[in-house]
Amino acid sequence: MNYNPFILNGKTILVTGASSGIGKSTAIECSKLGAKLIITGRNEQRLKETFELLVGNDHALLLADISEATGIDLLSDNLPQLNGVVHCAGVSKRLPLKFIKEESVSELHKINFIAPLMLTQKLYKKKLLLPESSLVYISSVASSYASIGSIMYMSSKGALNSFVKGLAFEVSTMKIRANAIQPGMILTELSPILSDDDKLKDSELYPLGRYGKPEEVAWAAIYLLSDASKWVTGSILTIDGGLTLR
Amino acid sequence: MNAKFIELFKETLEIEEDIVNTETKFRELEQWDSLAFLSVIAMIDEEYDIVIEGNDFKKLVTVNDLIEEIGKRKA
Ligand SMILES: NC(=O)c1ccc[n+]([C@@H]2O[C@H](COP(=O)([O-])OP(=O)(O)OC[C@H]3O[C@@H](n4cnc5c(N)ncnc54)[C@H](OP(=O)(O)O)[C@@H]3O)[C@@H](O)[C@H]2O)c1
Repeated sequence: MNYNPFILNGKTILVTGASSGIGKSTAIECSKLGAKLIITGRNEQRLKETFELLVGNDHALLLADISEATGIDLLSDNLPQLNGVVHCAGVSKRLPLKFIKEESVSELHKINFIAPLMLTQKLYKKKLLLPESSLVYISSVASSYASIGSIMYMSSKGALNSFVKGLAFEVSTMKIRANAIQPGMILTELSPILSDDDKLKDSELYPLGRYGKPEEVAWAAIYLLSDASKWVTGSILTIDGGLTLR
Repeated sequence: MNAKFIELFKETLEIEEDIVNTETKFRELEQWDSLAFLSVIAMIDEEYDIVIEGNDFKKLVTVNDLIEEIGKRKA
């Protein structure tokens, strides 16, 4: 019995932000389902750690800062044709309204919103996205669920969600699909501003009683990359242990 | 440093009365809440180019602790 509609055999998948957290877990889980991975990030040592954990052969690793055009060029010049992309690279910075500077907004929007847009454009123009390929963008429930100090982050993820819908419409003629996943809090390196005690208290607000794990986002990405979701495009999949129910 | 920091701290929390000194336990201030917490972190980042992460911030109790923490990291 090897019926499995979620299998990724024969698919070449690019994962950004693969040196940590959700991207790392996504790359590893995809490799377990048979995909050939190209992983990217900036930190060589941590990216290599992920690489070592990939199951199977033929994977590749590329260092690039995708917030710069030169980084996007460098990356795309070395990529094969792709069946899927999972954009996990992202940053968060919490600043209350009074402390926001144009420079900090630009910096954060650059990596969370402009980088996935420009990278997608580059892949599309260079014809690196095969027909029927699947593009997955890691957004956040923060796109519309407010918390103190999150204005810059929220707006970057809101922009990303709208981008995904516009993109899904435009690339549908090529039968390329684009979807976003918006997780609630996942235990990674992303938010060191909260202490462990504060995180524990905050996690009790989740109806399912805890924060999420990186692989719980990775498995959703796998669904969206696989042929099981062939008729799914432009959707924003919420994975948040029930946080935004009320 | 002390007087300047206390001024910045009061400004950040929008405190006008003369109720803050180095011995003040800042979490006991009426103005202390999650916005105040993030504002103090942002102020210290902006003024001193230091980011105090949650687990370290948790250990600080008085205004003097904040000043010492900044001093320690600037050294
Ligand atoms: N953790 C959460 O609670 C949570 C919740 C909702 C959504 N998300 C989203 O999920 C995504 C992944 O977050 P995470 O929690 O896994 O964070 P993380 O552990 O901090 O990892 C972030 C990743 O992004 C990469 N990155 C950052 N800036 C980059 C740049 N300029 N160029 C290339 N790569 C860059 C980092 O690579 P290097 O370290 O190698 O530079 C790292 O691999 C983000 O988009 C985040 O907004 C996270």
